[in-house]
Amino acid sequence: MSFVWLWTDILVWTLVLVLIGAVRSIRRSEHVRKQWFHILKSPIAMSAAIILSVYLLFALLDSVHFQYTPSSTSSSSESSTVSVHDQGVLSLLDVILPHLRTQTERTYSAPFATHEYSSSLSYDESGSVFQVYRPLKFGGQHLTGKHSTLDDVMVKTAVPFLFSCVFIAIIFTIHLGWGFLQTRGNYIDYYENQPKPEDELPWGAAYLTLFLLVFLFSWFYYLSHFYHVLGTDKVGQDVLYQAIKSIRTGVLIGLLTTLVMLPLALILGISAGYFKGWVDDVIQYLYTTLNSIPGVLLIAAAVLMMQVIISNNSGWFGSTEERADLRLLFLIFILGLTSWTGLCRLLRAETLKISQVEYVTAAKSFGLSPFRIIQKHITPNLMHLVLIALVLDFSGLVLAEAVLSYVGVGVDPTTASWGNMINQARLEMAREPMVWWSLFSAFAFMFTLVLAANLFSDRVQTVLDPRRNN
Amino acid sequence: MFAYILKRLLFAVPILIGVNVITFALFFMVNTPDDMARAQLGAKQTTPEMIQSWKVENGYDNPLFFNGDASGFGKIQETLFVQESLKLFVFDFGQSDSGRQISADIQERMGPSLAIALPTFVIGLVTNIALALLIVLFRGSRLDTITMMVAVAIMSISGLFYIIAGQVLFSKVWHWVPISGYTEGWEGVKFLILPILIGIFAGIGAGMRWYRSIFLEEMSKDYVRTAKAKGLSDIKVLFGHVLHNGMLPILTGVVVVIPTLFMGSLIMESFFGIPGLGSYTLDAINAQDFGIVKAMVFLGSVLYIIGLILTDISYTFFDPRVKLS
Repeated sequence: MSFVWLWTDILVWTLVLVLIGAVRSIRRSEHVRKQWFHILKSPIAMSAAIILSVYLLFALLDSVHFQYTPSSTSSSSESSTVSVHDQGVLSLLDVILPHLRTQTERTYSAPFATHEYSSSLSYDESGSVFQVYRPLKFGGQHLTGKHSTLDDVMVKTAVPFLFSCVFIAIIFTIHLGWGFLQTRGNYIDYYENQPKPEDELPWGAAYLTLFLLVFLFSWFYYLSHFYHVLGTDKVGQDVLYQAIKSIRTGVLIGLLTTLVMLPLALILGISAGYFKGWVDDVIQYLYTTLNSIPGVLLIAAAVLMMQVIISNNSGWFGSTEERADLRLLFLIFILGLTSWTGLCRLLRAETLKISQVEYVTAAKSFGLSPFRIIQKHITPNLMHLVLIALVLDFSGLVLAEAVLSYVGVGVDPTTASWGNMINQARLEMAREPMVWWSLFSAFAFMFTLVLAANLFSDRVQTVLDPRRNN
Repeated sequence: MFAYILKRLLFAVPILIGVNVITFALFFMVNTPDDMARAQLGAKQTTPEMIQSWKVENGYDNPLFFNGDASGFGKIQETLFVQESLKLFVFDFGQSDSGRQISADIQERMGPSLAIALPTFVIGLVTNIALALLIVLFRGSRLDTITMMVAVAIMSISGLFYIIAGQVLFSKVWHWVPISGYTEGWEGVKFLILPILIGIFAGIGAGMRWYRSIFLEEMSKDYVRTAKAKGLSDIKVLFGHVLHNGMLPILTGVVVVIPTLFMGSLIMESFFGIPGLGSYTLDAINAQDFGIVKAMVFLGSVLYIIGLILTDISYTFFDPRVKLS
């Protein structure tokens, strides 16, 4: 077993390191800490933040890849079926959810089904042909006929419910204990230092969200050992597995695109606003030109060209994973190149305003270099704009992925993504009765992420945007 | 006025040249005429002679940026970049891979695109502004909070969901309208209703929030306080003052969109089988027909720039402080 670092893995972990560094430096500033406290004081923002962190957790788990070669002795009974799937590049998430990946059916099956969705022809001993709904290989095969599926699911819900109760209780204990430890075990200090209700973060909402998420996940996890909770797709793959694997693609596109566009927008926007003159003219020309090309078409053109390059140089890529990963990286790059213009324009206008303020004039007359002035006096005053733009863009990018995949210029067809799921399932809408679960799962997972991001960005904007405060 | 428009049009020229450079870089430097020839002639053994004759036949036999063989001004002029760009500027887009004239195709397909985009835009705009005004009347109340939550939820659902759900409900389950298709004239209305309604609904969340925030910002200004102090009712302040003054920020966002309505919508048109420019582009992308994609990129940029100029002009009608100079 050896680690495989795909390009996007490296980038996303770099981003995490940068974020941790940013959080550590922010903690020192009283002012920023108060702002974040203010943001999280809204129960909705708190819940949204927790949902976002859970999505991020899944994306990170799915961003640790390694080459997996199964030992031939370990799995004895299922080795013939399982070992085929176990070769190749796996992620940490695949290891946590092994049964989801390997328990594939022959074709479509509905959520919680015990038999295939469509009937197939079969022959009996006498040779006559009849139609049967074949039983699934894995879904619901523990049922003996005494219980219905519904009863069985009801009974089995108890386990994840108990688990999540215990889980939350443990977290709560740690939380209490940590607060207690901070006062070094002194009871009187502890009770006297209890914050007033209005200074307290909305822990009730936080615990409720966490409980729901843990319960939902453990419920899916536990029941997926017995059923295909969200059904299977055309080639019999578990839809829940696909939806979970798609989290990485969605979150990465949202996060890494900002990593590409941020330096461009910051450097160009600030230079245009600060140096004015021909620098401003050139940069304005640059973003007006880029802006005037319709976004989808520019992305489509770039991706088409990339396909030409890839097909001309197929020797560049070691494996399909690497090719798919480079394509994702390229898509992120293109999205970043097309989306910096909005933020750049904002930053330029704000820099123009700030550089007229007295303290910047004073700094200039003291002989500070332009670089120092930008670093010390201008950039910190633009950070709220940057943050608002970043959280606002995130949800738009997640939604854009689905549309781009539909247009055919999205991620590689072999990459798990909500866009690809929708694209594949769309063709099945004409079926009678409909195959709805793939679509439903993709939209539900996407909706949760985007809704959380939108609610959170709303709160960030309300707190940080000075114009909204009055 | 005329001089101003002329000046703005001249400003647009360098931008269009820039657009040309970008599209040229994308389409000719990555996908060279040699690649195009190979793709067109098929994957069979293509000799350099065959490629050369294809290039001559289709007018791609000049070098990319600099022609050393030509003399004088021709060194620059007789290159692929200048030739291709000049053709674009007179809206001569050449032939598509299937051998049809792209310019004629575009003219033919603008109608169906507009038939969807224009009603969606106009009705959507009116609905959004009306809803925003209504919600501003109830600002700060529980109704306001709930409506804004609903608006965020509407924004958070993928547009693909609205289309698919709409098609399933209204066409498959209830059989109110046909699933897809298009005919000219009033007959075609039954095909257009669903995409227009879906387009409007999908835009309500974002639109309502945007106009609401514009109106709320206006509401906090001094003239509103004065108007209220005079004893004007909320409704009179809203329709008499706030709506008029809010027109300016609304115009910034709206006028620029109007020319690009011609481009149609990629997804909407392909889902509903409307033979407009959106589905034209989408088919071209899927068939890797670079000629069409290039033409649409250029057309889109031209329309956007026209939108920018129209925005500037429209300011003069609504804000007498803006003087064209």
